[in-house]
Amino acid sequence: MTEPVIVRVNVNGVEYARRVEPRLLLSDFLRNDLGLTGTHVGCEHGVCGACTVLVNGDSVRSCLLLAIQLDGAKVETVEGLGTAQALHSVQKAFHEHHALQCGFCTPGMLMTTIDLLRKSPLANDEDIREGLSGNLCRCTGYQNIVRAVRQAADQLNTLATDEAIS
Amino acid sequence: MTEALPKSATASREAEELATRPKIVGASVKRTEDPRLLTGKGAYVDDRKVPGMLHVAFRRSDHSHALIKAIDCGAARDADGVVAVFTAEDMREVNAVFATSRMKNYYATPITGLAIGKVRYVGEPVVGVIAQSRYLAEDALELVDITYEPLPVVIDPEEAAKPSSALLHEEANTNVLCSREFKTGDAEAAIASAAVRVSGRFRFHRKTPTAMENRTYLAEYEPGRDELTLYTSSQVPGIIRDALSDAFDMPGSQLRVVAPDVGGGFGGKASLYPEEIFVAFAARRLGRAVKWTSDRMEDLAATSQGFDQIVNAELALDAEGNAIALRAEVIGDVGAYSIYPWTAVIEPVQVVSFLPGPYKIANYLGRVRGIATSKPPTGPYRGVGRPTSTFVTERLMDMAAQRLGMDPITLRLRNMIQPDEFPHRIGSGIIWDQCAFTECLNAACGKADYQELRARQAEARAAGRWFGIGVACYAELTGIGSRISVAPGMPINTGTETAKIAIDSTGAVTAAFGVTAMGQGLETTLAQVVAEHLGGRVEDIRVIQGDSAAVPNATGSYASRSAVLAGGAATLAAQEVKEKIIRAASHLLEAASEDLVVEDGKVSVVGTDRTLTFRQLARAVYLEMGRIPADKREELTSTKTYDPVFGTSATAAHLAVVEINPDTYEIKLERFVVAEDCGRLINPMIVDGQVHGGVAQGIGAALYEEVVYNDEGQNVTASLVDYVIPTATEVPLIDVVHIEAESVTTLNGFRGMGEGGTIGAPAAVANAVADAVAPLGIDILELPISPERLFRLIESSKNHKDSSHGHET
Ligand code: FES
Ligand code: FES
Repeated sequence: MTEPVIVRVNVNGVEYARRVEPRLLLSDFLRNDLGLTGTHVGCEHGVCGACTVLVNGDSVRSCLLLAIQLDGAKVETVEGLGTAQALHSVQKAFHEHHALQCGFCTPGMLMTTIDLLRKSPLANDEDIREGLSGNLCRCTGYQNIVRAVRQAADQLNTLATDEAIS
Repeated sequence: MTEALPKSATASREAEELATRPKIVGASVKRTEDPRLLTGKGAYVDDRKVPGMLHVAFRRSDHSHALIKAIDCGAARDADGVVAVFTAEDMREVNAVFATSRMKNYYATPITGLAIGKVRYVGEPVVGVIAQSRYLAEDALELVDITYEPLPVVIDPEEAAKPSSALLHEEANTNVLCSREFKTGDAEAAIASAAVRVSGRFRFHRKTPTAMENRTYLAEYEPGRDELTLYTSSQVPGIIRDALSDAFDMPGSQLRVVAPDVGGGFGGKASLYPEEIFVAFAARRLGRAVKWTSDRMEDLAATSQGFDQIVNAELALDAEGNAIALRAEVIGDVGAYSIYPWTAVIEPVQVVSFLPGPYKIANYLGRVRGIATSKPPTGPYRGVGRPTSTFVTERLMDMAAQRLGMDPITLRLRNMIQPDEFPHRIGSGIIWDQCAFTECLNAACGKADYQELRARQAEARAAGRWFGIGVACYAELTGIGSRISVAPGMPINTGTETAKIAIDSTGAVTAAFGVTAMGQGLETTLAQVVAEHLGGRVEDIRVIQGDSAAVPNATGSYASRSAVLAGGAATLAAQEVKEKIIRAASHLLEAASEDLVVEDGKVSVVGTDRTLTFRQLARAVYLEMGRIPADKREELTSTKTYDPVFGTSATAAHLAVVEINPDTYEIKLERFVVAEDCGRLINPMIVDGQVHGGVAQGIGAALYEEVVYNDEGQNVTASLVDYVIPTATEVPLIDVVHIEAESVTTLNGFRGMGEGGTIGAPAAVANAVADAVAPLGIDILELPISPERLFRLIESSKNHKDSSHGHET
């Protein structure tokens, strides 16, 4: 076994330095070493998307990365969005449209949605479904998730139009 | 207060109107669970960490069927970070658990934490390694050396039923773990003389529940008190508590089983598992907290699986299309063990029980055998048996309609039990209370514009396109009371549920239940019921569930029971607490009880501004000396148990529209409509969500999901790459229509509905696919119907134009 190494990452705006084994997965690092248990693990083989986080602005599967690959990176997890008392607009949309049941897939869905919203206008629902197709949900049948993302995208597009006008 | 003053009369009328106005039950209240789950603050078992916690990894059998000749754990024990390595030898003092039943011809297999002497499926736990971290435990697994003597694999259930087959459980003397027969009238004679007969050998392959959260167990032990707490991702913490009490000879007061936030269940978390027994054993033996978190491979290999039935069935009708007889022979491939507490045959027995469905069929003969094979046990999966029974009966209906040249809707409406014909006993003995069969079917067709769809189909067919419309109707028993066993012959009573409601000295309301939520939003819906009957506010009511210590007898959530049973208990307890509130307030506000109204967490004298909040009232009752005379003072609490005795039903009609690509054979669902009756709705938003999710799983079962074991008994679909569940691009828009026909047999008129989506969807999709390819002369008798299966069916029908594919000609 190789010796532990020090990894420095910025997670949700906080700098962390931890000594980790080279084989430690990013998902385990977030959950066990940093106590950020909002990121969930549903398969550990890159299929379910429950472990999705943003690394330097791109959505990634934290179960497929090693913590040491993240040295110097900027990571965003569900804990960096809103709080229970002040939900982020995407979280609010999920709440209003009943886009979660057991909530296990939800952090991954939210992070994927954030990434999609930043990068694509999501003009129609097909785009949303396509964009979410890497995240499995076993409870909702996706319909209300699509509605929630639709609302979040529409809000953002209105905002953008308003800004362009003003 | 005997004078009937006009003012007071008006006031009580007002009070009455206020009390009867629907306010909370029936509203799409947003879920109180959401804020924590949306912000990553949920508390799933794996999120829990305690000091000194150890981690388990299991060395599982890589043989389908073999004797364990020797186990060498020496090297593993010496490995880095390893604290202990246990085999079945070490667990001798733990009692085996048996899923007993009053059924005749039934053998209950022993359930133990680790395999004893023999393994019976690939993935069965044999050795448990406990180490400082999961990584280190997994490292040491490799060092465990197990010598096996392979035995013949037992994979094909029909072969396994033969006396010549190798036996999985020698003590049972057979692999047929159970056989039963249901009979009404003389089906054989009626079939022999019938004008029209349709039949088939139907196959619904094995699937797996695949909750997104894998099973996870954490046992915490307090040596000083010999107290064990098991945190488990389970739907049935109460049942697990009782089973562990038997396994360890421990009183329930020292055993607590908690299901915190649970990431989906669908039946896969409704049984006792060997890993639960092991984790509890290890924590007690080592005096430390021990956690096991399943990975997805283990989940796909060792969580209870569903379906896997072969049904040979025949439906007979007269020349006008009236069904007169149904005969079915069901073979259930139940896997290696009889799962606790449901028994090995919960699935196949339900298939024969529900085959007659919503139809009047005077003669019925249903036989079932549950056969052990060297695969993981089957157990309850969303819909339990009814997805298969509905698939078979609804396919037979379509096949009959085609033979008779009748529209499938017309044929169904003709054979359904009509609104004025309830209660009705079907051939298997099940009695339907008032069910909305015809109403649901008409509503689904109306919503989908059935005539218009047929017109579109005619056009599509003329253009050579494969466009199909399928319907499926069903009924299920829900909210089952104490007079019916949820599983065949099961001695455990699951027909009652308790609610314990208390207003404490701060005026806060806590309502505790024995049920468990695994995504269905019970914290919200039960708070709605309590709020409605107590006069409280939903947001002020804290619901405790998923904890065996909350009420003396809890089982959990399964069989679409929680809204009906816990909702009923909540109603009774809330009503009693409300009566106590009124008695106390009557004294404190010096008003007649008829003049008091309890609403929004306050009690007021109608028509005045005299009001007490729950907080003020509770302070007066509990804390402020002398406000209420000692002999009038009552604790603001109530514990009530509800038993619907028989329970109720729930029904729906599903309609699917598909188009098949004739080049790739890809089956695209264009539309899906559900018309359902779950009685009085508590929260329409949540009901819709349950339907969407259930239908999505049904679509998965119809088109994609299949657990495949090869001839060596190896699972060749042990990852989510190979075991495919629907994504957002495969599930169409689902329209839901509610027929709120309130149940007359349950308190509040609720009916259970969590499973229904999965019951109707596979049959509706199968019928739609069959309808799309009907011009090619093909029947769909096997699910899931993958593009490859469809291709092969079409090719073979081209090659043997004259073959019947199971039809009688
Ligand atoms: S846990 Fe990472 S994709 Fe499933
Ligand atoms: S809400 Fe349960 S898996 Fe998506």
